[in-house]
Amino acid sequence: MWCPGCGNGVVAMSMCRAIERLGLDMDKVIHVAGIGCAAVAHWYTTFTALQTAHGRALASATGIKFANPDLTVVVTMGDGDAAAIGGNHLIHACRRNIDVTAIVYNNFNYGMTGGQVGPTTPLGSFASSAPYGNAEPPFDICRLAEAAGATYVARGAVYYVKELISLIERGIRHKGFSLIDAVTPCVTVFGRRNKLGTPGDMFKAQRKFTVSVEKARDMSPEELEGKLIRGVLVEKDAPEFTEEYAKIIAQAQGRGE
Amino acid sequence: MTKAKIALMKGNEACAEGAIAAGVRFFAGYPITPSNEIATIMSQRLPQVGGKFIQMEDEIGSLGAAIGAALTGIKVMDATSGPGFSLKLENLGLAAMVEVPLVLINVQRVGPSIGMATSPAQGDVMQARYGSHGDYGIIVVSPSSVQEMFDLTIRAVDLSERFRVPVILLADQVVGHMRERLVLPPYEEIETAYRTEPSGPPQAYLPYRGDERGVPPIAKFGSPYHWYANSSSHGEDSFQATSDYAISKKLIERLTNKIENNKKEITEVREEFLDDAKIVIVAYGCTARSARGAVLKAREEGIKAGFFRPIVIWPVPDEELGQVADTARTIIVPEMNMGQYVHPVREAACGKAKVVSLSKVGGLAISSNEILEKIREVAKSG
Repeated sequence: MWCPGCGNGVVAMSMCRAIERLGLDMDKVIHVAGIGCAAVAHWYTTFTALQTAHGRALASATGIKFANPDLTVVVTMGDGDAAAIGGNHLIHACRRNIDVTAIVYNNFNYGMTGGQVGPTTPLGSFASSAPYGNAEPPFDICRLAEAAGATYVARGAVYYVKELISLIERGIRHKGFSLIDAVTPCVTVFGRRNKLGTPGDMFKAQRKFTVSVEKARDMSPEELEGKLIRGVLVEKDAPEFTEEYAKIIAQAQGRGE
Repeated sequence: MTKAKIALMKGNEACAEGAIAAGVRFFAGYPITPSNEIATIMSQRLPQVGGKFIQMEDEIGSLGAAIGAALTGIKVMDATSGPGFSLKLENLGLAAMVEVPLVLINVQRVGPSIGMATSPAQGDVMQARYGSHGDYGIIVVSPSSVQEMFDLTIRAVDLSERFRVPVILLADQVVGHMRERLVLPPYEEIETAYRTEPSGPPQAYLPYRGDERGVPPIAKFGSPYHWYANSSSHGEDSFQATSDYAISKKLIERLTNKIENNKKEITEVREEFLDDAKIVIVAYGCTARSARGAVLKAREEGIKAGFFRPIVIWPVPDEELGQVADTARTIIVPEMNMGQYVHPVREAACGKAKVVSLSKVGGLAISSNEILEKIREVAKSG
């Protein structure tokens, strides 16, 4: 399904490795996907899965987790899926702090539909619907999630695969809403249109335009200009939605605290 | 044995109680008039019975959440009105495609667009049937009283589970907001179907192979039966089949025919004074109340008028309507829109009887006298 050189397979593999490491009951892992290149990851796995409409993965994931908190719910979405058409669901899932893990395959454009400009396309980059260069500044999905109240936010990149596996593993283990922004190259459309070279060049470029959170601490704002920071960006404890609602049920049934 | 209770309730309250009685244990909603009471009551009632309520960020998200919850094996509901119903159509089509049992209430108000939030209409009749893109089957039920807001909510839950399909309770502001006496049977005596679950080895499970009626078994999310609830065109094994025309054809036909070919189990109509009726009123929802009154008055005047009310409006009870057309000379279809249900009625009558529309829009209900006037006019013209 994925084009030769695409990084999505690395993200999907990292998700599987993380789930494997956690030793989860495979019957209880539910994979929810939106629509787009990222949201075909479930074709390669054997977890029970729901493929929603474009942008709606988090809404249905919320229903699944809320109805049965014993399930581990992992969501895969693309950047357009998550932050454009599904943006409202994204910010409210963050705010609600429901224990769902969202993995955003961030390739800076709409790959499946031919490489249109998206909410994470860098300013000035070319896209099939931005033939003169993108005139809009991009979202930093991690900062968006943090501002909206996500209690675990991390960014990984496919070049740093071991780190990506750990970030996803930590995200699934985290109690509350977790978002992992996984930077992955779209070689066929975004790469070609922006003359970013071979798949190898695009993987290696992640060494230049991403920087670890540890290194970033010692860098000036000027040095960080145009760089994406990798690692755990937010990790905090806060009341989790399904647990809070369990208290409401107890209260309504007269078994309150 | 517990006794039935008599209560005075609003239609929307009766709908929420009906859902609780039917075993609905999950509700996702978004505020909108005139359906609000359903959500607010569910927010109070559900946790009392161990159920769950969530107000989502928007109308699309609330049906999305209901779909997710339904897949875990519980009975779910969502309620909305006109503008919200338009937004839900994306996920309604998804629920039809993925075959998710759920109940969606639409308390109709005047449209188009924002229209009139607190005034009734019946303008969403065609939208309820054909609103989402593509072809699929769906069931739409039309209540006329507070008692029916209770009873038909239960029936809607039952049908959704039986046919693994979203069912719409197409109410209106009149029925939703009026208060009437109703009888609440003991809830433990109320029985609703529960979806068929797969049996046999999990590897052999085919989530999209229909039984003799075309309805496939559905496994709970979290069970040993792993499957894809797939919104793309899919084969019986649930895997993607987006380039296989034969598989796509078979799927679309089954989605439609599991409803259209099982009308005997789904159809529900009320028929009165049809034996000698030359003029028959076909009415549904709040309009059926005034229509019945008009028929009684016409009878007092010696006009041979009859009354036919489809309770399940989609699928169309075309066989029953065809029989009406065999004996009636004229069928009048009063409705609070520019003439919507008149079309399937005309199709079912198939030229055997003249079918005329009595349309009223703008937010006022159709009175008995208005319908009586039309009956007199038709009677005079012979």
